[in-house]
Amino acid sequence: MEATIPAHSDAHVDKTEGKPFNASYGKMMMWFFLVSDALTFAGFLGAYGFIRFKFLDSWPIADEVFTHVPFTHATLPMIYVAFMTFVLIFSSVTMVLAVDAGHQMKKKKVTLYMLLTIIGGIIFLGSQAWEWKNFIGGSYGAVQLNSGEIAQFVDKDGHQVSIESFAAVSHGERTQHTRSNGLWFKKEATIPPVTLHQVTEGFKNHPELSIRTQEIDLATKKKVILSRAESVNLLTTGKQVVKGANLKVNEYGKTLFGDFFFFITGFHGFHVLSGILINIIIFFNVLVGTYERRGHYEMVEKAGLYWHFVDLVWVFVFTFFYLV
Amino acid sequence: MAHAQAHESHKGLIWKVFGLLTVITLVEVFLGIKKYDFLHLSSFLGTSLLNWIFLILTLVKAYYIAWYFMHLNDEHKWFRRSIVWTLVFFILYLSFFVLIEGGSIGDSFTGLIRRMTTFH
Repeated sequence: MEATIPAHSDAHVDKTEGKPFNASYGKMMMWFFLVSDALTFAGFLGAYGFIRFKFLDSWPIADEVFTHVPFTHATLPMIYVAFMTFVLIFSSVTMVLAVDAGHQMKKKKVTLYMLLTIIGGIIFLGSQAWEWKNFIGGSYGAVQLNSGEIAQFVDKDGHQVSIESFAAVSHGERTQHTRSNGLWFKKEATIPPVTLHQVTEGFKNHPELSIRTQEIDLATKKKVILSRAESVNLLTTGKQVVKGANLKVNEYGKTLFGDFFFFITGFHGFHVLSGILINIIIFFNVLVGTYERRGHYEMVEKAGLYWHFVDLVWVFVFTFFYLV
Repeated sequence: MAHAQAHESHKGLIWKVFGLLTVITLVEVFLGIKKYDFLHLSSFLGTSLLNWIFLILTLVKAYYIAWYFMHLNDEHKWFRRSIVWTLVFFILYLSFFVLIEGGSIGDSFTGLIRRMTTFH
């Protein structure tokens, strides 16, 4: 083994000798991990792209799904997710400022910027939780047909209307079966606010309504709206009322849309969570002076690489889920 | 190389990159809300011009994040290349086959499955 180690007497050998590519072991391993993680995300987004292209003419339109903004009931596509993107980019900036301050051994500045990064991460994660809450709770509701397809309801102007707004008044009552009043460990999923029968009856009494299908007219890139007669006819094949989203069905259209949304943004959110935890650990290490004693802040740099990577992935998730 | 510049602050550059990333995001959001027909309804190499714009802007953002935030520009040339070339190659390879296959399966499906718009 000794023979394979180059001699130290060579004049051209500098102090980084023994480090491939001049990178420290830790930094290189972080990059190894990031490359493999990037390929993992590429696989997920690739699978998403596959399904998008497969269902090019029936995929939900993101602008019609993600329209919520806090403190207002207005329909504002893109605004909230743009805010989330901005928060994450900004926390990337404070992170890189922490790394920069670390190079200059300025402990106080590293502490401050690390703290700002953590706060940015928490705001992002909170925003994502709110986004999920809206996605799961739903806004208008829809009816799933026997064929598995989703029928949404629109008024004369093509604006979507909520199922509660036109459903017939019911005289029956149906309470949700909970774990506490039945067999051990048995409960049922949240029941929709109105029954299929109420929706069907209400639809008949509101001649101004029609059904918007999940199919897209590729020439105008808008969802196809059926005529009144076709709508009434189609609704006879209704299977269940859908409000919001879960892994089996969602009011926005294709089930896979919800599945991919939960899986990819969830996987990314999990990365953000790990990043926040790593940053908190590093933050306390900075605070107690670990890196001051070590003589360098390379650990901040490595955590920074991970944090920027999370931002980098979000840039792609943002593009593929909300823009294209 | 990183050590040579270790004590020099990059603050100015960092804020410039931040400004650029913010502007690109704002442009994306603006185009995403407006969805101009001549971009949105056009078709070029399998998708709309608007989507190509989004994709290119995203790659520009990715470049700036990787080069200046993850300071790949300060790394050894071949270290950088071993990371970037690997990812570019595998991701292009994967996307190429997966997207073409997806489109192809979609085309074969259309007409075979009963659709909501053709229900009678």
